[in-house]
Amino acid sequence: MTWWMIIRNSLRQHALSTAITALSIGLGCGLLMAVWVVNFQSQRAFKNVTGGFDAILGPRGSQTQLVLNSLFHMDASPGLINRADYETFRKSYKRFYRNAVPIAVGDNFQGYRIVGTTHDLFAAEHSPGEPYALAVGDYFIRNDKQWNKEAVIGDTVARKLGWRVNQKFNPYHGLNFAEGQQPHKDEYTVVGILRPTGTPADHVIWIPIEGLQQMDGHDSQYAGDVSAVLIQLSTNTTARAFGMNSLDGIYNKGTDHLTFVKSTADVVARLFDRLGWAEKVLRWVALLVAVVAAGSVLASIYNTMNERRREFAILRALGAGRGTVFGVIVLESATIAALGAVIGFAVYAGIMFAAESILRNEIGVTLHPFEQHPVMIIVPFGLVALGAVVGIIPALKAYRTDVAENLIPQS
Amino acid sequence: MPLLEISDLRKSFRTPEGETQTVLDVPTFSLETGQQIALRGASGTGKTTLLNCIAGILSPTSGTVRLDGHDLATASEPQRDALRARCIGYIFQTFNLLQGYTCMENVLLGMSFGRGPDTDAARGLLDRVGLSHRLHHRPGQLSVGQQQRVAVARALANQPLLVLADEPTGNLDPHNAREALQLIREVCEETNAALLIVSHDPIVLDQFDDCQDLAELNHAAQEVAA
Repeated sequence: MTWWMIIRNSLRQHALSTAITALSIGLGCGLLMAVWVVNFQSQRAFKNVTGGFDAILGPRGSQTQLVLNSLFHMDASPGLINRADYETFRKSYKRFYRNAVPIAVGDNFQGYRIVGTTHDLFAAEHSPGEPYALAVGDYFIRNDKQWNKEAVIGDTVARKLGWRVNQKFNPYHGLNFAEGQQPHKDEYTVVGILRPTGTPADHVIWIPIEGLQQMDGHDSQYAGDVSAVLIQLSTNTTARAFGMNSLDGIYNKGTDHLTFVKSTADVVARLFDRLGWAEKVLRWVALLVAVVAAGSVLASIYNTMNERRREFAILRALGAGRGTVFGVIVLESATIAALGAVIGFAVYAGIMFAAESILRNEIGVTLHPFEQHPVMIIVPFGLVALGAVVGIIPALKAYRTDVAENLIPQS
Repeated sequence: MPLLEISDLRKSFRTPEGETQTVLDVPTFSLETGQQIALRGASGTGKTTLLNCIAGILSPTSGTVRLDGHDLATASEPQRDALRARCIGYIFQTFNLLQGYTCMENVLLGMSFGRGPDTDAARGLLDRVGLSHRLHHRPGQLSVGQQQRVAVARALANQPLLVLADEPTGNLDPHNAREALQLIREVCEETNAALLIVSHDPIVLDQFDDCQDLAELNHAAQEVAA
């Protein structure tokens, strides 16, 4: 009780410097936690949203672009696979895969990408162990013989556009929306809304692939072409490995117009490796902020030592030992750091909600700000420990206070 | 056995010039339980040094200071701290109240290192010195006389065996000085605490039957005077 009374009074008397120091610690603490958690969760989210599709066949070009375009519905489409190549793949290499879903892109509605596909896509899992599910309505097609101008929309599309089942719309040409642009004449009807997936699929308007291929205004000579084929390789380990290597040889080395991504997970991992420097810079900046903040605890307490020498002398005259005044200062320093850590959680929450909102709105990837991560224990406790350690320096000064000399008021 | 027994107490300091200067040389002095003694002493006669040696704030260069059977001269610093907290109440000329703390907190702090904080006891002490209506005021919000009363309450917080008072009326006007002295003497009598007061204020010294001259007691002061 006595220690806390002394610490509380000191913090109250130096409220401004305490507040500024705690804020700077909070900033460092919040930044450190947020950088770590955003990096961890975004990597996990990006790796998860491969939707169980291990491989992709697409037109010749960058594998990263193919993955971003096909799975994350970002970036430009690298081109088309002609109908003959697509049919060859489906028929000749069936032994290597258990599911192959074609997609076609090229249209949008107010910036939301319209993706043509087959009903098979919805039989896959958007994230490990989580299949697509409808919140309301039905899927657009159930057989290969018939297709209608119907659409199934992602949760974000429904919320942002305020669409419900039976909403009618006309697609616009291109992957990006341009003001003043005339829409296609084809009118589509929303027949189903998907449950939120926390993946880029939430941002997509799904229509039958024939609808996109035969859309009014699209060149009819490309009507059978697809943008990419999403592939789930065989679950048999030998067939899988053989398939990966064979298809790699057949398409990447044996053709000049197709690209085979044999591991979407590797491409995502390589993408994050390439962005790793930015994450490292952020982490070092956050660490630097935290260290500077710890230094500010030292400075703020050390600067009060001269004015507090008499206080320590009085406490000693009342019977407090040297160890008591030493401990009080160390604890006071740790308390300021602890206050900073509490503020750090507010800073962390602010950054996480902002990052979550940006990633969800721009990419469709969902973060979980309240999900526990070891860094949320390590960083705050580490900073409190650091606060206690830097408190040792002023505490030594308090420890050495000469009682008799400092009991006399200094003018 | 006396409560306080001093023999051959010497305290020397090293001057900036590197010489050793003895400021205290007290061959013998004693104080019984409940006894009240005033020591008359002008500036530079070693008043504060003597009280600091008795309180265990300063360690004697040689000799013995025996308080309640414990020799402060040979005790370790933590032992002296504990003995001071438990057995001694110290009243200073400048009160030495902690400015950021309320009257109540100042008294509670006085208890903290001795018998432990006791809110009811602290309230009772402040009531005894007439400050029951100022419990949550800070020293800066009190008159000088009231601040000295808080200092008295704090000094008595651990029910000390010995109260040391260093020029307790030095900052008070004659009226407040008489009142403060009367209060100190009364509360010491009530708790049977011995009182050793050092002062050069005639208002204080005239009140005591047992008044000794520090210059006679301290041979080092005699040498300086000579």
